[in-house]
Amino acid sequence: MIIKREEIEKLATLSRISIDEKTITDVTERLSSVLDLVDQLKTANTDSVQGISRPFQVSQRLREDKVTESNQRDKFQAIAPATDNGLFTVPKMID
Amino acid sequence: MNWETVIGLEVHVQLATKTKIFSAASTSFGAEPNTQACAIDLAMPGTLPVLNEQAVHYAIMFGLAIDAEIGKTSVFERKNYFYPDLPKGYQTTQLEKPIVGRGAVAIQLADGSTKSIRIHHAHLEEDAGKSVHEGDLPHGSSGVDLNRAGTPLIEIVSEPDMRSIEEAVAFAKKLHSIVTSIGICDGEMSQGSMRFDVNVSVRPMGTTKLGTRTETKNLNSFKFMEEAIEKEVERQIDVIEDGGTIRQETRLYNGDTKVAKAMRSKEEANDYRYFPCPDLLPVIVSDETIEALRRALPELPDARQARFVEQYALSTYDAGVLSSDASTASFFETVATHCGNPKLAANWTMGELSAALNNAGLGFADSPVSADQLAGMVARIADNSISGKMAKQVFEAMWQGGGNADEIIDAKGLKQVTDSGALEKIVTDVLDSNPTMVEDFINSDENKRKKKLGGFMGQIMKASKGQANPQQVNQILLQKLNELL
Amino acid sequence: MHNYTIAELVKGLQSKQFSSVELTQHFLARISQFNDQYNAVITVTADQALQAAQLADQRLAMGSAPALCGVPLLHKDIFCTKGVRTSCGSKMLDNFIPPYNATVVENFEQAGVVMLGKTNMDEFAMGSSNETSFYGPVKNPWATDCVPGGSSGGSAAAVAGRLAPGATATDTGGSIRQPAALCGISGLKPTYGRVSRWGMIAFASSLDQAGPMARTAEDCALLLNCMASFDDKDSTCVDRDVPDYSASLNKSVKGLRIGVPKEYFSEGLHPGTEAAVKKALADLEAQGAELVEISLPNSDLSVPAYYVIAPAEASANLSRFDGVKYGYRCENPKDLQDMYCRTRSEGFGEEVQRRILIGTYCLSAGYYDAYYGKAQQVRKLIEQDFVNAFNDVDLIVGPTCPSPAFKFGSKGDDPVAMYLEDIYTIATNLAGLPGMSVPCGMVEGKPVGLQIIGNYFDEARMLNLAHQFQQVTDWHTQAPEGIS
Repeated sequence: MIIKREEIEKLATLSRISIDEKTITDVTERLSSVLDLVDQLKTANTDSVQGISRPFQVSQRLREDKVTESNQRDKFQAIAPATDNGLFTVPKMID
Repeated sequence: MNWETVIGLEVHVQLATKTKIFSAASTSFGAEPNTQACAIDLAMPGTLPVLNEQAVHYAIMFGLAIDAEIGKTSVFERKNYFYPDLPKGYQTTQLEKPIVGRGAVAIQLADGSTKSIRIHHAHLEEDAGKSVHEGDLPHGSSGVDLNRAGTPLIEIVSEPDMRSIEEAVAFAKKLHSIVTSIGICDGEMSQGSMRFDVNVSVRPMGTTKLGTRTETKNLNSFKFMEEAIEKEVERQIDVIEDGGTIRQETRLYNGDTKVAKAMRSKEEANDYRYFPCPDLLPVIVSDETIEALRRALPELPDARQARFVEQYALSTYDAGVLSSDASTASFFETVATHCGNPKLAANWTMGELSAALNNAGLGFADSPVSADQLAGMVARIADNSISGKMAKQVFEAMWQGGGNADEIIDAKGLKQVTDSGALEKIVTDVLDSNPTMVEDFINSDENKRKKKLGGFMGQIMKASKGQANPQQVNQILLQKLNELL
Repeated sequence: MHNYTIAELVKGLQSKQFSSVELTQHFLARISQFNDQYNAVITVTADQALQAAQLADQRLAMGSAPALCGVPLLHKDIFCTKGVRTSCGSKMLDNFIPPYNATVVENFEQAGVVMLGKTNMDEFAMGSSNETSFYGPVKNPWATDCVPGGSSGGSAAAVAGRLAPGATATDTGGSIRQPAALCGISGLKPTYGRVSRWGMIAFASSLDQAGPMARTAEDCALLLNCMASFDDKDSTCVDRDVPDYSASLNKSVKGLRIGVPKEYFSEGLHPGTEAAVKKALADLEAQGAELVEISLPNSDLSVPAYYVIAPAEASANLSRFDGVKYGYRCENPKDLQDMYCRTRSEGFGEEVQRRILIGTYCLSAGYYDAYYGKAQQVRKLIEQDFVNAFNDVDLIVGPTCPSPAFKFGSKGDDPVAMYLEDIYTIATNLAGLPGMSVPCGMVEGKPVGLQIIGNYFDEARMLNLAHQFQQVTDWHTQAPEGIS
């Protein structure tokens, strides 16, 4: 299956990855190869099979509503790319 | 052409838990930026969510309050998009299997009618952080505060059952009333505890096909919601009447500048790629848990309203106003039981006190005049010690921190004159010293006489320095004048 | 000292034959001497290790130290280590120093285990050859022109090269078992939920599971005793008692019913590997185990299902690497979108980007049902195959991977060739079952791995079989050339 260039571009936008002109052909070719592999799924007869999203179904444990975390901002922000007055900073968001 | 407005609401309600939905960091409002964002809230590598039991219980309580189906197995999913205030790059929310299924909320309209608004479902999810664009930031930068990230929310999604702004506002207020009454939300609109997304469309009156809708997001007051809907309905009608078509779009309304605008299509070109969150297991709620929460559910606004009508002989309207939220209701009940006159208690709670609180931007819980103080004053009105007019002075003094009603009444010498001998003397004096007015009264016809009574009352009250009991004065005055006819 | 097993080291430490400091110094010296050949270790924490060793010696002197106290280990660089760079093999996290420990790291620290450093790995555990690491490929100690397998290739090569007696690793589709096989060591992927995932950087959350690597099954048991624990910080961690995995190692395997899946001996299996595995099966039969041919009919669908599910989960798991809170951020972004796109394109390598794109594709509108939905159904079929098989047999045994270690670059440009390397290991991750690999032969001077798959939480029985196999074979004692 050959994935279209526009589709690759849409995927790149959705996943915030830039693909440059030089590599887009290679990327397309390799993704198509992987999709050929996964397309084998279509041969499976899964009529009336209830899919599973994890190995076994147990139920979610619930946590008591008690504050146990304390302020560790300095520790966390020491490893942040950019901060200012306790805020993480990013290039201006436009709205 | 006449147009019909069709409105549906998505309401985000912050749950009043102590900690985040998936972490044990505090949710308290107003902390320094990022001081309440722990490793999980920051989406540090390798961190994992664990669900807050209280958030689940609060969501179920809401479901029980609106008589909805409770999702005995609900599933969290990831909604994928990039934004700096969304630390994981996905929001953990529910889609296919929400915790609260179909239900309904009854609203009361001004004409006394009621209407049922269907709830499609309500689901649990996490709030995002806050983006900061103003202030002392480096040039070309925005700031991100993740204190709010991970605060538990329920998103309540209504069916498009509302046909007017009045209905939409009544619905929003009713939800506010329910969530505060059952104690799952603090109801502080100014802190973003409740936010509304409104879906609006219009169609020619009498048709049944829904028009194309737009969604105006993130309105954080009833007033802004009302304004936004009003503007959007006008805009849509204008577009259609000018021969245009409505585009399905997401819009923003700025309540401060009163400007509404569409988000750029690029910003909304999203494909959220929902899928079940593998870090969280299905949430299974037992019948025992549901029944225990049902038994412990605080009184709901509708039940409280009915009880107020029954127990305090209030009008349906007054009972509705006083039962709308838990703090108002409990304030009123304290006043009513302590002063022994529910009707007067209702008038003062809804009237003078409510207006003063509104002006000061305070809630009943923070009222400078306590329920006991107000009850003390109402009791003095009820036993005729003070007049309504005097009560206003007493109230003003209590508001300023002047102490209890009795102390203020004593200090200001506000005792009402109820001794009939004394009152008769005052009335006689006034009549004697105003012969022309009396002459005029006698020569007037029935209707005009009634109006002229006010003139005498004014003089008498002035002569008594406002301390005469008005009802008694009125009686004596009528008697004396009738004798002259 | 580096040829001692962990079991022997424990005895030596407790009998004061040598101290933890001596042991730690010995392995640190080996790392500094030989790591250049293998590129297996990417961070060495010498000072910290010596301090920990001193503390361990004090605990040992007091006489009540836990079993593993004083034993040096390496951690795969996917486990967060407080104060020590945790890169996950990526430029994205080259500067990331976590302020917290993974539960696995914490468990070992509590037990007095000495961390020597962090091992190299495929970037974000995505790879089967260790060629995707930002820090360069790891070399197989048996043949340095060959790959060690992946993604836990650094841990496997370090253990095979005697740079440490054991190491932690993780397995999403075979990342413990395949490198263990290719490097001639023992490695175990426990049942999903047996070991906490807290602090372990996620690749595909419903498949990832941490486990031990060592030279013997006995050592794997010792390590798993410490690694497995209930952890309420991981919602998927199962609250179930941890048995003493060492206790049942010496049980007889007589009468044990071993399923041999016919689908694991089809075309694509290297004849040398096949012969070694069949010989091993014969050895087990000679020990009294009963061999039963079984069928896992949906085996051929496991790789396609995996390459939908794993990338789908990864595409979301890796969204947090956006240059905002930690890790890499591109230079001089011109706006927000530029920051996102360049940070992620510069910070992630090619294979990681490819898997993010595939995962995004499989989840996107219009494709979800055909890919993700279908893969979930196939996952159910695969799980059911195992459930049916375990109605009849106690364990399943077959090859770990189709062929011995291959040369660098030999899989060419087609990612699918590499993906098929995990054809025998992936199904157990999809089903959540435990699997392990032990050395069972040599082909062209390179080791072959025997895979043992157990029923849920049946790690003790797998370790028992593996240990008994190692009582009658010596593949696990062999060392690559040049190690004495």
